[in-house]
Amino acid sequence: MGMQFGIFTVGDVTTDPTTGRTPTEHERIKATVAIAKKAEEIGLDVFATGEHHNPPFIASNPTATLAYIGAQTEKIILSTSTTLITTTDPVLIAEDYAKIQHLLDGRVDLMMGRGNTGPVYPWFGKDIRQGINLAIENYALLRQLWTETNVDWKGRFRTPLQGYTSTPRPLDGVAPFVWHGSIRSPEIAEQAAYYGDGFFHNHIFWPAAHTEQMVRLYRERFAHYGHGTAEQAIVGLGGQFFMRKNSQDAINEFRPYFDNAPVYGHGPALEDFMEATPLTVGSPQQVIERTLSFREYVGDYQRQLFLVDHAGLPLKTVLEQLDLYGEILPTLRAEFEKLRAPGVPDAPTHASLVAKAGGATDTAIYGAGDDATGTSDRDTVLQGEL
Amino acid sequence: MTKKIVVVSAGLSVPSSTRLLADMLATASAAAVEARGIDVEVQHVELRGLAHALTDHLLTGFPTAELKAAIDAVRHADGVIAVTPVFSASYSGLFKTFFDVLEPGVLDGKPVLAAATAGTARHSLVLEHALRPLFAYLHAVVVPTGVFAATDDFAAAGSGADGDLHKRVERAAAEFATLLGPSAAAGPATAQRRLVEDEFEHPTDFAELLRRASDGPPAY
Repeated sequence: MGMQFGIFTVGDVTTDPTTGRTPTEHERIKATVAIAKKAEEIGLDVFATGEHHNPPFIASNPTATLAYIGAQTEKIILSTSTTLITTTDPVLIAEDYAKIQHLLDGRVDLMMGRGNTGPVYPWFGKDIRQGINLAIENYALLRQLWTETNVDWKGRFRTPLQGYTSTPRPLDGVAPFVWHGSIRSPEIAEQAAYYGDGFFHNHIFWPAAHTEQMVRLYRERFAHYGHGTAEQAIVGLGGQFFMRKNSQDAINEFRPYFDNAPVYGHGPALEDFMEATPLTVGSPQQVIERTLSFREYVGDYQRQLFLVDHAGLPLKTVLEQLDLYGEILPTLRAEFEKLRAPGVPDAPTHASLVAKAGGATDTAIYGAGDDATGTSDRDTVLQGEL
Repeated sequence: MTKKIVVVSAGLSVPSSTRLLADMLATASAAAVEARGIDVEVQHVELRGLAHALTDHLLTGFPTAELKAAIDAVRHADGVIAVTPVFSASYSGLFKTFFDVLEPGVLDGKPVLAAATAGTARHSLVLEHALRPLFAYLHAVVVPTGVFAATDDFAAAGSGADGDLHKRVERAAAEFATLLGPSAAAGPATAQRRLVEDEFEHPTDFAELLRRASDGPPAY
């Protein structure tokens, strides 16, 4: 398959600065679905949605969103960007995403993130100062729930478990592939490396040198933990573009969105930000060239996701951007493929993970008798007692 | 051994009395360190030229290359001379912004010579009620003598080699030099927090991260 290309959304509801119009939540939710379906239509490999629990976002309940999109698509991998491993109960994550795996025949993976909005933590009974610790303990439990049945577990951040089996079991006995996303926490790169999971750097909004440093650490530690060479580590990057056939048209049209955007708006000039970060506003050819340059500082990588639908850009414009993305996609694929060093692995998919595991296994527990009496509910029912 | 002193000054006019005081402190400090037989290197960070970059940093979360160089200079300094004009009874917003964007821990255990300028001597306690608490919070080791200079202090009567301002500068520089070493070579005066840079150079092993994560009373 080679490199995976896709888009990721944060689900912001932002006023279009050129018209003053703010989409309703309903419009934004439906637009997200339309964008995801368009992503499949133009041949992208991945659609990922963020998770937020506060205005002005509509990105709560990513599982319903992904399942709904999954029912209307056939090939595209659905992912998260990110799943809040800090404030979401890992028991629910284990259940929810194994369920989606079954519903979508394995077309799902996850990206773990911590979330940087302080008040969200206490709303879910957590403390942002424990963010790293939450991410580490919760993820360790999540993995255990996907790989083991009858789990006995005791930790610091949730009530203990006794004999708990997460259901359904992961499809074919293989958990969804997990990426760990972090902008500036080396501990998360370490975590991804330790497990041999993927590491995704948001990349946008930050200078290349910073992304390079994080990815280098992840690669070195991936090799340190014996998962392969540093070049074989699984790396994903974000990116951000706005394209028009004529580059000056792109700049003129995007500037008001840039100037008023959440995150970086009212700050540096568009031109300065383009120079400092991977943001590319210009012609399709410029986007191709800039994107190809990412590998010069992170090495050959497996997944490239672009943010295309933020800052109040209307749906019509976003869909036009995706049409242009679809036009440059064959070139991006071909050029990256040409540049890629031998031995660099593809991004894991459900099929590749099943193959790596030596085939599908069924780890489900079908109403076995309980350990103490050897009887099960079914016996009781058969005896007419229930 | 070379001691590196970084002088952060937040004067806005060119030339400014703040920069003038900063230069006096830098010269006196360099001389005091050299008098101990130690080489010294002085680097100036003028915040005026970084004003836009500092605001952008607040908004974007990352520094421009020029601002990063200034931040790195402070990070690697053996000691910092910090000089601000007094605005509305405190340090200026520009001065504070620079210290706001430093990663927590950058000033841990670092000797800081605090100084301020103002139009009138009525602001002289700004060192005690504004600068000293700021640097105490940042875990710096603040030189006991701070230097405040009102416009009058630069007048002929108070300036010159035996003027009051000059004497205060000399005393502060001598104290600063004492804090800078050579005893400082044995280690910083206070415990130093681990910075992100340290984590990149010497990553904490995952087993330790895992142990730490669950180390503590139940939090559910």
